[in-house]
Amino acid sequence: MKLTRQQRELGKKFWIYLTALVVSVICVFPFYNAVLTSLRTGQELFLTNYLPTTFHWENYVSALGENGVGRSLLNSFLVASITVGICLLVSITAAFALARVRFRGRKYILFTILCVSMFPQVAVLSGMFELVRFMGLYDSIGSLILSYTTFSLPFTVWVLTTFMRSLPVELEEAAIVDGANLWVIITKVFAPIMGPSLVTTGLLAFIGAWNEFMFALTFIISNENRTVPVAIGMLQGASQYELPWGHIMAASVVVTIPIIALVLIFQKRIVSGLTAGAVKG
Amino acid sequence: MTHNSESLLPSAAVAPPPTASAPGRKRSLQQRRARAAWVLVAPALILLFAVAGWPLLRTVFYSFTDAAMDTPEDYNFVGFANYLDFAEGESFGVLADPLWWQAVGNTLWFTACSVSLELFFGMLLALLMNEKFRGQGLVRAAILVPWAIPTIVTAKMWGWMFHDQYGVINDLLQRVGAIAAPLAWIAEPDLSMWAVVIADVWKTVPFMALMLLAALQMIPSDLYEAARVDGATAWQRFRRITLPLIMPAMIVALIFRVMDALRVFDLIYVLTSNSEATISISGYAREQMVSFQEMGVGSAASVLVFMMVAGIAACFLWINRFSHEGKEARE
Amino acid sequence: MAQLTLEKLNKRYGDAAQVIKAIDLQVNSGEFVVIVGPSGCGKSTLLRMIAGLEDISGGNMYIDGTRVNDDTPSERGIGMVFQSYALYPHMSVYENMAFGLQLAKLPKDEIARRVEASARILQLEPLLQRRPKDLSGGQRQRVAIGRAIAREPKLFLFDEPLSNLDAALRVQMRMEIAALHRRLKSTIIYVTHDQVEAMTLAQRIVVLNRGNVEQVGTPLELYDHPANEFVAQFIGSPKMNLMPATLVHAGQTESVVRLWSGKELVIPIATPTSAEGTKVKLGIRPEHIEWGSVAEAPNLADVLFVEHMGNETYHYLDSGKLGEPWVVRDSRRSDIAAGDTVGYSLPPEHCHLFDESGQAFARRAVANGASRLPGMDAPPITFAEPARTNVMH
Ligand SMILES: Nc1ncnc2c1ncn2[C@@H]1O[C@H](COP(=O)(O)OP(=O)(O)O)[C@@H](O)[C@H]1O
Ligand SMILES: [Mg+2]
Repeated sequence: MKLTRQQRELGKKFWIYLTALVVSVICVFPFYNAVLTSLRTGQELFLTNYLPTTFHWENYVSALGENGVGRSLLNSFLVASITVGICLLVSITAAFALARVRFRGRKYILFTILCVSMFPQVAVLSGMFELVRFMGLYDSIGSLILSYTTFSLPFTVWVLTTFMRSLPVELEEAAIVDGANLWVIITKVFAPIMGPSLVTTGLLAFIGAWNEFMFALTFIISNENRTVPVAIGMLQGASQYELPWGHIMAASVVVTIPIIALVLIFQKRIVSGLTAGAVKG
Repeated sequence: MTHNSESLLPSAAVAPPPTASAPGRKRSLQQRRARAAWVLVAPALILLFAVAGWPLLRTVFYSFTDAAMDTPEDYNFVGFANYLDFAEGESFGVLADPLWWQAVGNTLWFTACSVSLELFFGMLLALLMNEKFRGQGLVRAAILVPWAIPTIVTAKMWGWMFHDQYGVINDLLQRVGAIAAPLAWIAEPDLSMWAVVIADVWKTVPFMALMLLAALQMIPSDLYEAARVDGATAWQRFRRITLPLIMPAMIVALIFRVMDALRVFDLIYVLTSNSEATISISGYAREQMVSFQEMGVGSAASVLVFMMVAGIAACFLWINRFSHEGKEARE
Repeated sequence: MAQLTLEKLNKRYGDAAQVIKAIDLQVNSGEFVVIVGPSGCGKSTLLRMIAGLEDISGGNMYIDGTRVNDDTPSERGIGMVFQSYALYPHMSVYENMAFGLQLAKLPKDEIARRVEASARILQLEPLLQRRPKDLSGGQRQRVAIGRAIAREPKLFLFDEPLSNLDAALRVQMRMEIAALHRRLKSTIIYVTHDQVEAMTLAQRIVVLNRGNVEQVGTPLELYDHPANEFVAQFIGSPKMNLMPATLVHAGQTESVVRLWSGKELVIPIATPTSAEGTKVKLGIRPEHIEWGSVAEAPNLADVLFVEHMGNETYHYLDSGKLGEPWVVRDSRRSDIAAGDTVGYSLPPEHCHLFDESGQAFARRAVANGASRLPGMDAPPITFAEPARTNVMH
């Protein structure tokens, strides 16, 4: 028997909703599980249970306080925002030139920047280590600002260049006719229009810096200068074989919630930024 | 409205004599802009050289020395000994280290598995999101969650879920009867790479899906309608319209992901503690450098990592260009 | 107001073909010149070279006798209106108009005075605090013009300013621009691909084709005395019919051509004896072909189809193997239908002759009022001041 059009539509709808449900559950479940675990203590941790049973906030208190995750949050925030600030400042002029001015060497610069953004970080690790030591930044968050620029800068230049390209040429020409020089065009015309794009780019770069692990693990040794990923990665329990899962999950939830909140608030922008970054020039 | 008074009088109709231009000729607009452009990119380029170019050069430099991590100033040149050296019938150096080759194998295996799984699931997810249904906003938000979660947190969360005794994965699998006894996902060498791949796929499918979705949304819907009128089945529409049209975006996303997967470090370092079964080339290089304090050997491994990634990237670009040319030739 | 002189102006992009080829042009002070040509012919490029947005590859450009090849747009004292308006989206209408003046470091009260003056001219006063996104297309276009006016430029440049507007608004803005020119008496160079805009606005038209100037002249000069086939066909709608013919007898006052049909026609156009026997083309505008009875008319043709416009009627006659059908325009309604056979004649005084290379043999002056401009569908422009015809000779 042939299905009617309506039945086929219904069948399709069913599959769509089923897939959507499965996908959402898979995406959210690990985080949900982390939240559940973070609210349990003692023996309860080791009973698998898919619904909240108890609400113990102790894990959060000890993760933030004793384990120094609170301090790390501040470090991470500082490192990420300073890095992003510097990168945006430097890349907005560069992006303007790369997107808007025809000059010899532009293609090579863009290609270089793309290559650097795909660098394996380990390739610069020992050179960066030497540089950090030379500048006396070892074991300070300055070392991270310096090293995070390696991957943040090419990223911001690249994404801003793509965004700048999408602005109409005539806008710039109107400004030229109005007597604006390049500096005025950048600061008075492009920067204000680019506001949303700057936020998007900054946000993505911020997340990148917030999540970085290898440099942070290598250049920071003291507890109080650690960033969040290292603090969580290094959380140790009383003995080496007994990881404090409750604390770890509590810390994980704490560092993740701000990022998830940001991402959900700026959902549309983030998606456009991600796609802009990947569009080939 | 006032106007320049000098031009109020009708000016002579004859062509004006050329006024002698000053000997020091002004630069044209393009020339001035091109010069200014260099000034504008200079800060970024200088900074980039300082934080990427210079350290890379120094890494290459150190790869030819026997420097140690605690005293990088003290070094002797050892030529290619860090890479490969033969002494008394035995070979030394990174290229002679079985663990290096294990790491290369691990990394390639990880990259191939996770990127192809991501491509598959990402495509499914993108096709799903491209449909209109109620609650789409919620699903879109949900798939952003894995992308937003820091890699280290991902590693810890999955590490906990993969826990051999108390993890929910084993629990769920046992409940549905897929396995009889709990599996040691992290400790078992055969399984640990799969644990890493699963965690990575979970985290990065959203990125792939969003890229593909953006490409899908650029396809004009009347193309599908035209194909439907022509009687194409859903599969034919996907094969003949969707796939060719999103191919460029897909290749770009693929390159991005492959480059990213090849330099994997943090997920493996935290999830499986850099065990031999899962260690990546980046992990290997860092281990030489930091754990063993062998700055020279570590640098050599770093350089090899760099060359490998660059080589694969070059291959991609070459294949991409080649296929473009092929397409043009056929047309 | 300023006078603009172009001397052998050239443009090439890299190694690509030359986009602008040695253009000589003089625009007098206070003149409204329209540059018209098919799209891609280099109109924007030429205008942007005049503006200073595009480098001049060769030749010289003078404004009021001063060579300005290497001056910036603001040094040249030009105001420009772009096709896409190019308003600054983050500034209010007032700020949009004031931006250039602020950059020129004018005193605040002078800026306010100028912005308000130009806002008054364009009736933008109620909109001064709005953002561009809150304006309609026509309003945005007016702001763009106002921004140019506020700068009090020596030279106004318009690049297809009306092409983003719908048809009704386009007619209205056209009248406003014409009125603006009468009021400001400024020098205007206006680029368009629309010959109707060119005919209605221009004092002089420059016809551009593939980077070459085909002809410069008043609208009626171009209509009555096209210098070549290109201009003949580009100006006027529907376009001029071109019929193959042979010049059988050249003369000082009259020439005899043999049409493709074998009929001979005496045309009051002088041709050189050297051209005798060559292939020529006879051009005649659709409104000049006259009907005759089938029995007596010199030519017969089948009607392919008929278009009724209401106020006029277009008939498409089968031209046999010669390609495009001939068009006959009748300002009356007609009961001729597709499939009919009709007789028609070609009044010699309305014929044009083009040689093999497409150049026209000069016609004698046509009687005034002999031809009507097609496409001048706009009513006479009346604005605040008494109407004058906007076409001057
Ligand atoms: N930057 C450029 N590089 C190369 N060719 C160009 C450039 N800008 C325009 N052209 C070419 O110049 C010709 C004229 O362009 P344009 O002046 O924009 O034509 P239009 O008459 O439609 O305004 C076109 O054929 C175009 O392809
Ligand atoms: Mg144009």
